[in-house]
Amino acid sequence: MQAFEWEKPVLALEERIAELKQFVDGAEMDFSAEISHLQRKAAKLRKEIYENLTPFQRVTMARHPKRPTTLDYINLLFDEFTELHGDRTFRDDGAIVGGLALFEGLPVTVIGPQKGRDTKENIARNFGLPHPEGYRKSLRLMKQAEKFGRPIITLIDVVGAFPGIEAEERGQGMAIAQCIEEMSFLRTPILSIITGEGGSGGALALGVGDRVLMLENAWYSVISPEMCATILWRDSSRAAEAAELLRLTPTDLLKFGIIDDVITEPLGGAHRDHAFTGMQIRSFMRRYLATIMKIPVDRLVEERLARFRRIGKFSERSLADL
Amino acid sequence: MLNVFKGRPKYATVRPQEGSERKDFPDNLWTRCDSCGRMIFNKELEKNAFLCLDCGHHFRLTGRKRLAMLTEEKDFEALPPLLAVNPLAFPGYPEKIRQAQEQTGLDDAAIMGKTAVKGSPCILGIIDFSFIGGSMGSVVGEQLVRGFERALKERLPVVIFSGGGGGARMHEGIFSLMQMAKTAQAVGRHSRAGLLFISVLTHPTMGGVYASFASLGDVILAEPGALIGFAGPRIVQETTRQELPTGFQTAEYALAHGMIDAIVPRSKMVDYVGRLLLWHR
Ligand SMILES: [Zn+2]
Repeated sequence: MQAFEWEKPVLALEERIAELKQFVDGAEMDFSAEISHLQRKAAKLRKEIYENLTPFQRVTMARHPKRPTTLDYINLLFDEFTELHGDRTFRDDGAIVGGLALFEGLPVTVIGPQKGRDTKENIARNFGLPHPEGYRKSLRLMKQAEKFGRPIITLIDVVGAFPGIEAEERGQGMAIAQCIEEMSFLRTPILSIITGEGGSGGALALGVGDRVLMLENAWYSVISPEMCATILWRDSSRAAEAAELLRLTPTDLLKFGIIDDVITEPLGGAHRDHAFTGMQIRSFMRRYLATIMKIPVDRLVEERLARFRRIGKFSERSLADL
Repeated sequence: MLNVFKGRPKYATVRPQEGSERKDFPDNLWTRCDSCGRMIFNKELEKNAFLCLDCGHHFRLTGRKRLAMLTEEKDFEALPPLLAVNPLAFPGYPEKIRQAQEQTGLDDAAIMGKTAVKGSPCILGIIDFSFIGGSMGSVVGEQLVRGFERALKERLPVVIFSGGGGGARMHEGIFSLMQMAKTAQAVGRHSRAGLLFISVLTHPTMGGVYASFASLGDVILAEPGALIGFAGPRIVQETTRQELPTGFQTAEYALAHGMIDAIVPRSKMVDYVGRLLLWHR
């Protein structure tokens, strides 16, 4: 498993414990005291490291190659899933998946950007960077959900919409705008979960939920730390500094009232225990779906609009007052 | 100097002192046309609506100059002003704001108010590129939303001239991003009430401005040569490592690809918008 520099001390300890355990299996000697000592030490170290991650360390966790992708989450969260393809206009965009799923017996529509794990997958998924047709497919599936009164779950993990020639020709900006606008008025409950990266308009296009939740090691901002660093200092390698400035962690966003809750990941990140991460998300989904499904749909839409209407910080003054 | 906020002197967002306006085209100086290279005396440029006398190239306009071309100052009632704060405590942001305010004489990048264009009442908005690239932070987002809300209440059409460079105001992080949702929803409410929104894309309209309210007009117009798109051309080039097609992301390109209704030269803009407004009265 790929390890980060800052978690190597823990991984070294864990390796040593594993070695000792293996040794014990074939030997008469009793290492249990030493093992439990090392285990306590590892647990303490783990807590120290993972509870004090810098914003950029969380960004790197959000991008961990072994982190569950949207299709992994769909597997973990739903009993069954039927993928539905295509925008009915141009083509099927592999960078966004969507379809019908059963959540604990309840039919829902699930949609999310999809990253690849290897070169072949990455090419098919365009590195998880959607084209306009991906957003148009999403909107088609969302309207279908509205028609049949199904709740919508969006799972968001995207660094941004694809900046390509054809994407521009086919109206990337317009597709995102339409997705945002129409999603805002849909007469069905919407739960949005930012599972990994929440980069700019390409993420917001799927993020206009009645409730917005976020995994502990996910980020959400108007720009990626690398791009921000490039703009500020013409140096993308200073992304860690930019990540601090952007206040993109779930803790900050909860404080700002942008998200409603933070879903705890296993210590060390979602990639270390997919099943546990899935169980965590399930329990949040159960709770938040139950809440929003109880709200009459007229009020639901009004509250959704009001939620975004009040976001923004400014002062009701003029230069002339100063 | 133009006092565009007459009727609400208490809220005057334009600083009264002389010379506070951006000195893009100082008097008694010459400017070279980006397009054909001709040197033009600034006073002549101003007289010609900031169009090149030779090739018709559209120079960038300040918000107030554009306002003056669209309406009479006595007819413009500005919305109450708002000032930016620094929600992320982003280093250097307050200084950047102050500098932009000094250069432009504006509170922030949006000029919004109630007026009449060619006799048709409407809510008119102009996003001024010279204020931090016309980027959309909390103030611009809120002003736009208030404009649409006022229009909804009074059953008026809305006309917005967007010139929002990169679109987002990075220094406001997530708050800037959320203005995309907020403004798109304001357009949605106004639109669902059967009211008209004319979106005019001026150079440049990109990023979060383009991917929200500006794309949602009933009629979308653009000035000739305006850069229109989501991702900036440099990013597209760096990502795809492909040569960009000639005229990529220009208004002409957007028209050919079906993204806008029409290209309207600046000299015809007031009449064009005025006629659309009239036909929807
Ligand atoms: Zn010229």
